[in-house]
Amino acid sequence: MTMLGSTYVPKSEDALAATVATAMVMGEKLAIEGNGSKRALLRPVQATRSISVRGLTGITLYHPTELIISARAGTPLPEIEAALAEKGQHLIAEPPDLAALFGSSRPATIGGIVATNLSGPRRIAWGAMRDHVMGIRAVNGKGEIFRSGGRVLKNVTGLDLCKLLTGSHGTLGVITEVTLKVLPAPKATGTVSIRVATLEQGIAALSAGLGSPFSVTGAALLPEGDGGIAHLRIEDFEESVAYRCGKLRDDMARFGEASIAMDTQALWQGIRDAEPLGAEPEDAIWRVSVQPSAAPGVVASLRAAGGSKFLLDWGGGLVWVAAPASEAAHQAVVTAALAAQGSFTLFRAPEALRGSVAVMPDELPALAAIARRVKAVMDPAGLLNPGRMRAGQ
Amino acid sequence: MIPLPAPKPEVLARRAQIVAALQAIIPGDGVISEALRLKPYETDGLSAYRQPPLAVVLPSSTEQVAAVLKYCNAHGVRVVPRGAGTSLSGGALPLADAVVMGLMRMNHIKQVDYENRLAVVEAGVTNLGITKHVEADGFFYAPDPSSQLACMIGGNVMMNSGGAHCLKYGVTANNLLGLTFVTIEGEVVQIGGTYLDAPGYDWLGIITGSEGQLGVVTEVTVRILRGPEGARAMLAAFDSIEVAGQAVDAIIGSGIIPVALEFMDRPCIHACEAFAHAGYPLDAEAMLIIEVEGNVEEQDRLLGWIKQICNRFNPISLKVAETAEESLAIWKGRKGAFGAVGRISPDYLCMDGTIPTGELPFVLKRIGEMSASYGLQVANVFHAGDGNLHPLIMFDANNEASFHAAENFGADILKLCVEVGGCLTGEHGVGIEKRDLMPVQFSPLELDQMRGIKGAFDPQWLLNPAKVFPLEGNPIFATIPVLNAA
Ligand SMILES: Cc1cc2nc3c(=O)[nH]c(=O)nc-3n(C[C@H](O)[C@H](O)[C@H](O)COP(=O)(O)OP(=O)(O)OC[C@H]3O[C@@H](n4cnc5c(N)ncnc54)[C@H](O)[C@@H]3O)c2cc1C
Ligand SMILES: Cc1cc2nc3c(=O)[nH]c(=O)nc-3n(C[C@H](O)[C@H](O)[C@H](O)COP(=O)(O)OP(=O)(O)OC[C@H]3O[C@@H](n4cnc5c(N)ncnc54)[C@H](O)[C@@H]3O)c2cc1C
Repeated sequence: MTMLGSTYVPKSEDALAATVATAMVMGEKLAIEGNGSKRALLRPVQATRSISVRGLTGITLYHPTELIISARAGTPLPEIEAALAEKGQHLIAEPPDLAALFGSSRPATIGGIVATNLSGPRRIAWGAMRDHVMGIRAVNGKGEIFRSGGRVLKNVTGLDLCKLLTGSHGTLGVITEVTLKVLPAPKATGTVSIRVATLEQGIAALSAGLGSPFSVTGAALLPEGDGGIAHLRIEDFEESVAYRCGKLRDDMARFGEASIAMDTQALWQGIRDAEPLGAEPEDAIWRVSVQPSAAPGVVASLRAAGGSKFLLDWGGGLVWVAAPASEAAHQAVVTAALAAQGSFTLFRAPEALRGSVAVMPDELPALAAIARRVKAVMDPAGLLNPGRMRAGQ
Repeated sequence: MIPLPAPKPEVLARRAQIVAALQAIIPGDGVISEALRLKPYETDGLSAYRQPPLAVVLPSSTEQVAAVLKYCNAHGVRVVPRGAGTSLSGGALPLADAVVMGLMRMNHIKQVDYENRLAVVEAGVTNLGITKHVEADGFFYAPDPSSQLACMIGGNVMMNSGGAHCLKYGVTANNLLGLTFVTIEGEVVQIGGTYLDAPGYDWLGIITGSEGQLGVVTEVTVRILRGPEGARAMLAAFDSIEVAGQAVDAIIGSGIIPVALEFMDRPCIHACEAFAHAGYPLDAEAMLIIEVEGNVEEQDRLLGWIKQICNRFNPISLKVAETAEESLAIWKGRKGAFGAVGRISPDYLCMDGTIPTGELPFVLKRIGEMSASYGLQVANVFHAGDGNLHPLIMFDANNEASFHAAENFGADILKLCVEVGGCLTGEHGVGIEKRDLMPVQFSPLELDQMRGIKGAFDPQWLLNPAKVFPLEGNPIFATIPVLNAA
């Protein structure tokens, strides 16, 4: 094993398991890293050592006709995307590349993407990252290697720990390998864009698009003044894209001036990576999850609290918010999200703010008790990413 | 026969008291304790196993569910939740000392919201009931198990059920937004909501498919989708299983994802044709039903491409439906497959392993060999795109030896599925049926970790115990003698 400063970089799953087992004996708390370029995530972790999975790399299985790919957790995302592209396939949830947003230079690892359950615009139509994790290998807080799921597309054998680990931010186990469902990449991408006078109208247009029979796979609203531009994406074979974009544009004319553009991959890549949010480097960034019809209310109340920047994805169900970092700004987001019966994540902020506020809503007491017991089963000594998600979790 | 744990004598002794307490919580006719009226609850879709419960409760509100669970938790009474009882793995099989909690009275659709594309429904609403409620407006609930007329959304959540169209639309887990969930302590919690991807642990994900082990679901918020402009099926038949498998690979490899891609072997084709007269080719060794969506031109184009691909594999029959009626005719045999096999042999076991699709020819060949050596007929129908097999093993329930042979044959098939890289169950769940096979797929450590999570939700192991996890490893059963069911 190589040790870089205070970071362990095990070269095999066994070595990683041994490291965690030793840490348990030594009472050493561990910060889990993928590519380790970013520590500015959720709450600051109270750890003595870091352990990185970037030494575990490589695609271990890829069967295009079985729609399955497996890779070790430290495999850089671009490597996986390139292997898939070679066979005309892609990752269904189109995870974002947030390097620009976070000013990091190293690419995300597939383990990091799964650990954070990050999904792009296609989430609204085809599911989140967590929906496509078919199998997982991981090391728990006792240094034990375990598996869940497998390498087949349908599997209900036992409790689904793939879902529990996805999005658990390394607090229940260190993921060492993931198996994902993949799909053929579309041959063409077209977009119907509608200029809308109000956000309400924009959401109505997105809802109508998503409620149409044309298989919309992206629905975003870029605010401009009181209104903005609503974008609806169609991905499929060329002839289908052309036909459905035409039908959709005719249908959308009732919401505002509607136009069609083809080959719009760059637009959606930008939305995926939250570029249109236009966050300043010193701004804090939040992601708010609400039902789409509540999104305009969230935006209105945050605007009233003092101008923020916004980007609406997932038909309005995901509201990206950027504003100068302050506890007051955070409180405004929390209030707006909860008033809309939604949820929030403080996505990017200086450490001072992340360490002093709740970065996500508290768990209901009954669930918090279950969470503590689950943590006690998987990581009894509380070694893994202590305090990452919530104080004590 | 799969053993069940002996009932707790102290619970059996307190039966009258327990029934009275339950009646105080659910007044009227919501508590059943007379032997005759318990009878309908003594089994589920795995009807070879029967066991009348201590009592049945039929709550009609979340509050009643919570009160019953709170009482049972305080008094150490086991609870077996139940939807429609169509589980094929014995998931809803009662225990002699358990209260069966039937959710069928909670059958209201509480909210439909087209703008946000969701519906809030109680756990006892049937799967098809949701689609029926929204289809006039062009919407549907996507997962479509063949039992959809009867099975309930709460049962679907707990089994993470799939259907013929899950290649495109996913299984239950992929179509949920939130749950109202009641813990064994009687705490009512809202999991998820009307929005996507709340941060924090994915409770929705771990509860889905948990087979009644973790808590009781009383309400479900599901995603509803707008239906496509249309859909149409085609049929392709081949003279060998290998070749049909190659055709499936070629279709998926071409970048087309049909909404459904079903596979039937020769015995299944024959059974279905005799039953439904769907016009299936009787000289084929394997047949595919392929369905695509879109407007008529899109359907024509996709079906044309698929036809071209199939033609490369010398099909012995290729029939593209020209109309919706012809499509229905193609589906008719497949949809009636279980009933059709039931006509040949009133008793059959429906297995449910998944394999990597590349292993299909090998696995079907081995199943054929096993069929010969066990002397039992088997018909295979399965979801070809995702490798989820449903071998139907025919046996004679009046002959105990035949039943035992069928159980052993089934176990051998599932072990084979794991051996080639697959799993024990793709959509029917572990229940009691596959409980003792779990060590084939999982290590002792993996099983113990799952047991730990079960215990984190249900510390006394009162919820649907004796299912999913082999008894000997369960701390709670370590000291309890084991009884035989039936
Ligand atoms: C709330 C939130 C905040 C974010 N903040 C940042 C940020 O500040 N900077 C940034 O560049 N990107 C950030 N991202 C984006 C996201 O982390 C990356 O796109 C992706 O996860 C990076 O992969 P990585 O390999 O670099 O993981 P890392 O950034 O090293 O890790 C991401 C998270 O996942 C955990 N993790 C990583 N690998 C594993 C594993 N194998 N097993 C278990 N847990 C693992 C880590 O402990 C950490 O909590 C954030 C995402 C979210 C959801
Ligand atoms: C003819 C036939 C065809 C079938 N086809 C398919 C198919 O295509 N795809 C498929 O996936 N399955 C299929 N099944 C299996 C079965 O229909 C599914 O597993 C279904 O989801 C069970 O629903 P149910 O309401 O009948 O639940 P039940 O059988 O009553 O219960 C199933 C399990 O869930 C638990 N449970 C039920 N409701 C709740 C609740 N509200 N809270 C907590 N736990 C609960 C029970 O304890 C049990 O463990 C089929 C069954 C039959 C008989």
